[in-house]
Amino acid sequence: MEAAAEPGNLAGVRHIILVLSGKGGVGKSTISTELALALRHAGKKGKAVHQCDSGWVPVFVDQEQSISLMSVGFLLEKPDEAVVWRGPKKNALIKQFVSDVAWGQLDYLVVDTPPGTSDEHMAVVDALRPYSPLGALVVTTPQAVSVGDVRRELTFCKKVGLRVIGVVENMSGFVCPHCEECTNIFSRGGGEELARHAGVPFLGSVPLDPELTRSLEEGRDFIQGFPESPAFPALSCIAQKILNEAPVGLS
Amino acid sequence: MFSGAESETLKQRRTQIMSRGLPKQKPIDGVKQVIVVASGKGGVGKSTTAVNLALALSVNDSSKAVGLLDVDVYGPSIPKMMNLKGDPELSQSNLMRPLLNYGIACMSMGFLVEETAPIVWRGLMVMSAIEKLLRQVDWGQLDYLVVDMPPGTGDVQLSVSQNIPISGAVIVSTPQDIALMDAHKGAEMFRKVHVPVLGLVQNMSVFQCPKCKHKTHIFGADGARRLARTLDLDILGDIPLHLNIREASDTGQPIVFSQPESDEAKAYLRIATEVVRRLPPPPE
Repeated sequence: MEAAAEPGNLAGVRHIILVLSGKGGVGKSTISTELALALRHAGKKGKAVHQCDSGWVPVFVDQEQSISLMSVGFLLEKPDEAVVWRGPKKNALIKQFVSDVAWGQLDYLVVDTPPGTSDEHMAVVDALRPYSPLGALVVTTPQAVSVGDVRRELTFCKKVGLRVIGVVENMSGFVCPHCEECTNIFSRGGGEELARHAGVPFLGSVPLDPELTRSLEEGRDFIQGFPESPAFPALSCIAQKILNEAPVGLS
Repeated sequence: MFSGAESETLKQRRTQIMSRGLPKQKPIDGVKQVIVVASGKGGVGKSTTAVNLALALSVNDSSKAVGLLDVDVYGPSIPKMMNLKGDPELSQSNLMRPLLNYGIACMSMGFLVEETAPIVWRGLMVMSAIEKLLRQVDWGQLDYLVVDMPPGTGDVQLSVSQNIPISGAVIVSTPQDIALMDAHKGAEMFRKVHVPVLGLVQNMSVFQCPKCKHKTHIFGADGARRLARTLDLDILGDIPLHLNIREASDTGQPIVFSQPESDEAKAYLRIATEVVRRLPPPPE
């Protein structure tokens, strides 16, 4: 991968998926990561899945170079350095991230966003518009405060003309590993109802899964490592729905 | 090459120029002490903690007047959690009157916009909205104003810290690494803007199955303690993951109000005690 910036750097990208939510902490980054991994695993040999959060030279996360990643995190001197920036600076960086990264040939570009409907979101939607993104995957947790915020996010998507691929209800129930009793800690069904109400597809519910949390902390491939885990079928199903929407032929 | 004396003058001149245009820090009329509840990470329970902290401060000492300000412009949760809705009235002097429930005076962006309307604003507009929420509210006389911050370390946090003197910040985190990293950034941001950090609250620490009582650390175990040690901060308290807390919030009856005898409510009461202990003595 050359580090030189080229115009039309996203020209080689087949499908762009934005992962949004109105609410913080619902699992956008988790879902983005797992979606990228699942798309890679579900794909035929030779497909490339890349996850982006902004950057110049994508960093490859695996040997086969099938997933690359960009993030402002790579630009910090220290991992715990705080990025205390106002809007204009963030907008400028996001624009650069979209236009100045040498992505090369990508089947999918998954874009992980911060919570809310602010500078970053407007900047990324504007910057990606010329490349006709496939749409937005909106993540929520089932509880009322999340659903409330995500309702706003759906209105935002409509306002900026961003198609909603569907809603994912994350942290939907917890199954006790000991006795199999399912407790709806964060409630259940709120996401599904929101999707129905807003007239957008419901892509699935992902349960709370300590193995998922653990694998993310340790930077492991959940899809590969934990096929028996409660969250696995849900995540695979969601990835499959995306693949059906946006198939990529054999390269 | 500049001589020592010249570079000193230069430094002073530079500071003078840089500080021009920055808002002057001014206390809010009638408010004695401001406590901000922040995190860095979204979804760790800032609003839930802010609401229950405000109630707990009031329960612990009924002589204190407590207010709650929700500056999460994009995702205001306070109206739902405090079961409040509607247009704030205007006072004689054209200030917005806070809405009251459970003895707490509340103001939120959520009262000023429709429930489903997204606030698609750039930073600059947000700053002026924050200004309004800070300065154009008729709080009356408050001992504590608890401020619920949005996630992140951006415009809103900067605007609030630059505009008003903050007595202390409470940082909420869950035990998982991602949340802790962001909490660290949140703490660092407050240090940068000279806001004292009172301590950390470890939220969603452990889940106990209601059926078999088996404990699961869904979001990891005790990570906040390690972070607190690294940052040389105290843990103000531990709140378990409990269905009751979320249910209470969803129905707009915060647990400190609706189930004051519960372990969860008691955890918040303890945190409120710890917060007050660490605050500087109130002015005058």
